[in-house]
Amino acid sequence: MDTRRQDALVAGWMRGALLLGGALALAACVGLFAKAWPILSSASLLAGLLSPDWAPAQGEFGLLPFAAGTVAVTLLAMILATPVCVLSALCISEKLSRRWRDAAKLAVDVMAGIPSVVYGLFGVIVVVPFVRALARAVGSESSGYSLLAGGVVLAIMVSPVIVSIAAEALESVPRGAREAALSLGATRWETVRHVLLRHARPGIVSGVIIGFARAFGETMAVMMVVGNAPRVPRSLLDSACPIPALIANAYGEMMSVPRYEAALMLAALALMLAVAAFNLAARLTLARWHGRAA
Amino acid sequence: MISRKGQDRVFGWLMGLSLAGVVAALIAIAGCVAVRGAAGFTWRMLIETPKGGYYLGGEGGIANAIVGSLCLAVGATLLSALFSLPASLALQREYASPRLSRAARLLFDTLAGVPSIVWGALGFVVMSWLGMRASLLAGMATLAVLIFPIMTCAMAEAVKAVPPGVKEAARGLGASRTQTSWLVVARQALPGLLAAVLLAFGRGIGDAASVLFTAGYTDHIPRSLLDPVASLPLAVFFQIGTPYPEAQARGYASALVLLVIVLLVSFSSRLAGRRLSRHVLR
Amino acid sequence: MPHISIHKLTVSYGGHVALKDASVDIPDKRITVILGPSGCGKSTLLRSVNRLNDLHEEVSVQGQVLVDGEDVYAAGADELSLRAKVGFLSQRPCPLPMSVADNVSFGPRIHRLTPDQMLRRIGLEPRGDRNGAVSLLVEHYLKLAGLWDEVKDRLRAPAANLSLGQQQRLALARALAVEPEAILADEPTSALDPISAQLIEKRFLALKEKYTVVLVTHILRQAKRLADHVVFLYMGEVVESAPASEFFASPRDPRTRAYLAGEIS
Repeated sequence: MDTRRQDALVAGWMRGALLLGGALALAACVGLFAKAWPILSSASLLAGLLSPDWAPAQGEFGLLPFAAGTVAVTLLAMILATPVCVLSALCISEKLSRRWRDAAKLAVDVMAGIPSVVYGLFGVIVVVPFVRALARAVGSESSGYSLLAGGVVLAIMVSPVIVSIAAEALESVPRGAREAALSLGATRWETVRHVLLRHARPGIVSGVIIGFARAFGETMAVMMVVGNAPRVPRSLLDSACPIPALIANAYGEMMSVPRYEAALMLAALALMLAVAAFNLAARLTLARWHGRAA
Repeated sequence: MISRKGQDRVFGWLMGLSLAGVVAALIAIAGCVAVRGAAGFTWRMLIETPKGGYYLGGEGGIANAIVGSLCLAVGATLLSALFSLPASLALQREYASPRLSRAARLLFDTLAGVPSIVWGALGFVVMSWLGMRASLLAGMATLAVLIFPIMTCAMAEAVKAVPPGVKEAARGLGASRTQTSWLVVARQALPGLLAAVLLAFGRGIGDAASVLFTAGYTDHIPRSLLDPVASLPLAVFFQIGTPYPEAQARGYASALVLLVIVLLVSFSSRLAGRRLSRHVLR
Repeated sequence: MPHISIHKLTVSYGGHVALKDASVDIPDKRITVILGPSGCGKSTLLRSVNRLNDLHEEVSVQGQVLVDGEDVYAAGADELSLRAKVGFLSQRPCPLPMSVADNVSFGPRIHRLTPDQMLRRIGLEPRGDRNGAVSLLVEHYLKLAGLWDEVKDRLRAPAANLSLGQQQRLALARALAVEPEAILADEPTSALDPISAQLIEKRFLALKEKYTVVLVTHILRQAKRLADHVVFLYMGEVVESAPASEFFASPRDPRTRAYLAGEIS
């Protein structure tokens, strides 16, 4: 077979592999939507989604506890993680010498690869008892399996992502910008505040959003420490059940109750679309910033 | 009002403390798992499967989970690479217009962020639709779908970094774009491509949510693709939750083994990257 | 009859016209130098001959380029065999990411030469042993490029480890290994040190016995040293084309005279 025919055939296969990505995305959306249809098509059930009552056996599919749980634990994680991560990224890009910088980046990369069960295990061994002790110290009662524990574990989990994206954003600020500020007599802190953070803000914000999306969809680590109680959490020391945990815990049970599966698939669809929206927003911000800076 | 220099010093302290905190967390996690895992660990655990019911019973090891995880991850990685490599090469200018390429990259980036529980749920849906039961095959396929976008994104970065002069040199000799892509570009990008494969492997072997519904769990080592299969993350999850100290010890040991595998993969990816860069132009 | 012939060639990138109505005949088995100030279309002219311009986005080509009597821009023309027929050396030598020996044998390998064909090309008896044939081929072309003595002990070493001057001679060996009839060189010595540049120039002088050489340069002295025929390009137009002796002694166009006098560069 001559070179030209070979080229055309192989190119076809390569483009096909590329289209596979698109097909996957489409199949996921269509599949979940179809499975969730029994609930989507029924107005009464649709309205019931917003109620705080989750009792599948009685046909009540209120998803509010889980949505609240997801948002709460993710927000908590981001509040805990963001300042620490941005400061760490600043340390890496501004304070460290070459060798230490590479070592720090290596450490962060290694952290990024640790499986979520291991974070969960750490949570069970260290964080949960800590929360239990904390609760006692403030005069409250808690098993330790709580929103707070989930938030802490998630914060540690998404830190490597945020640190590496933020550090990269800071490193790509042109040296001239720093020199300009310093040559006017600014301190390092002032340079950071007025010049660096402004330049790198889109990149850092993208990193935070990507971290948020990761935390939003995280299953295992959270499930092991958060208590998994299907009601709206009332305090940090209360148990919660984010959506991924809902889906994971329901394995096996959903076949016996009608429309249980539909409710879960709806939750999965909502989760997927929310995470995709965050990621898309972050990537587009990053792309626009690169385009401007380039 | 603190002086300017004072502010700067405080800021310096905060920066250092934050980074130290992050690194300390890493050490704490690794140390915690290593210590607890090593406490109940015996070398025999690596080759024995659990006996007497996986939640109960004192004896046996975690060979089921180790072999299971390796089978799942290796199978999924190979399956995914079969499509990721051509897809990443297809993003070059010679095969796709800049607009298509940008859109495709965005799509793959977004797909890479889809939570693994969603793929697990979808995998379950497809499985029931096909009348399949939880098995090695179903787990591998679901895992492959999870890591496909991740691997493609990483490979695409490696391909993008190939200097255009190399491609021009090959084309100038009369090579077709296919010959250039597979004989020259792939060779130049090889360290990055391998790093992508190992990255995806590491991600796959550590994931629990995607195999939770699709691979099942068992005490035995699977004998065919249609048998259910244990995995290290699930081994940790299930055994930690039991009140039996022997099972818990096995759970910690599983976590240790998993951590060791992931660290080995991470380091070998760096090592391989350096060895393979002999012929690569900088 | 001239081997390479260009008729009314107009090339533009996007909206920008780089070459306007260029017509020139390249004489066989001589060194033709394309001369002119930077940015006047010399590279574009050169790259049109082996259709390397195609790799650009938004390029539009009008006119004809005849190689061996056939228009290379005609519909259905085969650019792969064209590029095997017309070799190319770029300004920055770009070794392929493989060993020295593999760089040289890359061309014959992708054009799927059998061992017998390889040996016949370099004038030896067919032997049937593939590895032996490839080694002999590599040795032959490295000698032709004047690089053999310096690399014969490190044929398996990465080509990226060679010095810039060595890499350019490697690129020459690589281009020669596909047995072209003509060699195009786009400012081949401008990135090199004087000694390597001199080595390359000597190679070209030796090669013109067998190959048609077209060389782009903006160094007047190099043109005087090497050229048998000169084409002067200014602002995208072919201003003058003449044998070297005529060109340097009595240029006809006022722009040529200004350039040779150093008034425009």
